[in-house]
Amino acid sequence: MNADLLLGRSYPPTEPYLVGREKVREFARAVFSTDPLSLDPAAARAAGFADVVAPPTFGVLLQELTLRQLLADPEVGIELSHLVHGEQAFALARPIVAGDELTAAMTITGVRELGGNTMVTADTVVTDAAGEHVLTATSTLVVRGEAAA
Amino acid sequence: MSTQRATAPSAEGLAAGTVVGSAEYHLDRGCLVRYAGASGDFNEIHYRDDIAAAVGLPGVLAHGMLTMGIAVQPVVEWLGDPARLLSYQVRFTRPVVVDPADGARLSVEAVVGAVDVGVREARIDLTVRAAGQAVLGKAQVRVKLA
Repeated sequence: MNADLLLGRSYPPTEPYLVGREKVREFARAVFSTDPLSLDPAAARAAGFADVVAPPTFGVLLQELTLRQLLADPEVGIELSHLVHGEQAFALARPIVAGDELTAAMTITGVRELGGNTMVTADTVVTDAAGEHVLTATSTLVVRGEAAA
Repeated sequence: MSTQRATAPSAEGLAAGTVVGSAEYHLDRGCLVRYAGASGDFNEIHYRDDIAAAVGLPGVLAHGMLTMGIAVQPVVEWLGDPARLLSYQVRFTRPVVVDPADGARLSVEAVVGAVDVGVREARIDLTVRAAGQAVLGKAQVRVKLA
């Protein structure tokens, strides 16, 4: 892996991702949600939302798209088998709702060496079709060194 | 679009140390397959014992993001309004091994860490355990109160 190239590196926004009602419900069931706003369109509409509301960690789907850009970057050369998820944070400007069309743009904001491993911090900024901020997902990835891998 | 539901917790009624929710969850391998499909994370260490062993893991592991996604659910239920959840962060400090036959049991306790009455926000601290040991560190949710 070429750590020197990482800091400040950014990728173009992902293709628009259309949030589907059934994807929201599938994700909600997978994280054991019992929230009627995530599962029942009528309940979501009654609460003033256009459709079902995604659980708080749904933004990981958008982050996953940007992570693929990073892993596919031949100049950086990170291998998936060397990656461990160290930390995750979401700053949420508003909930994601089915029907949203979202794009995600990643920037590497931190790189530091720790015990033979490299800690890489990536901010993924998610915006809606109007260009409004929806969330920022911050992920710290531990890239295990060759000796430790 | 967003709403402020009448049931939202009030800043005045909360103090550090108050338990706002707790729950137990049983994870089996089917749960991991379901989360893989829902999230698009198809890393094989989450469903193949041979691959997990080959990379030196004690067994097939739950996705860290699955544990994170489950752990916030008691807070979601307590808040009643997803627009009141401002931020959420965790450190993945210990893997959750999911046995092929017995699965794994997660316990979650959500406790008020701090209340700021001025801006009507609170920090909720999550304690998440599997097999008696904490699996998340510094697991914190910031919420907007009524």
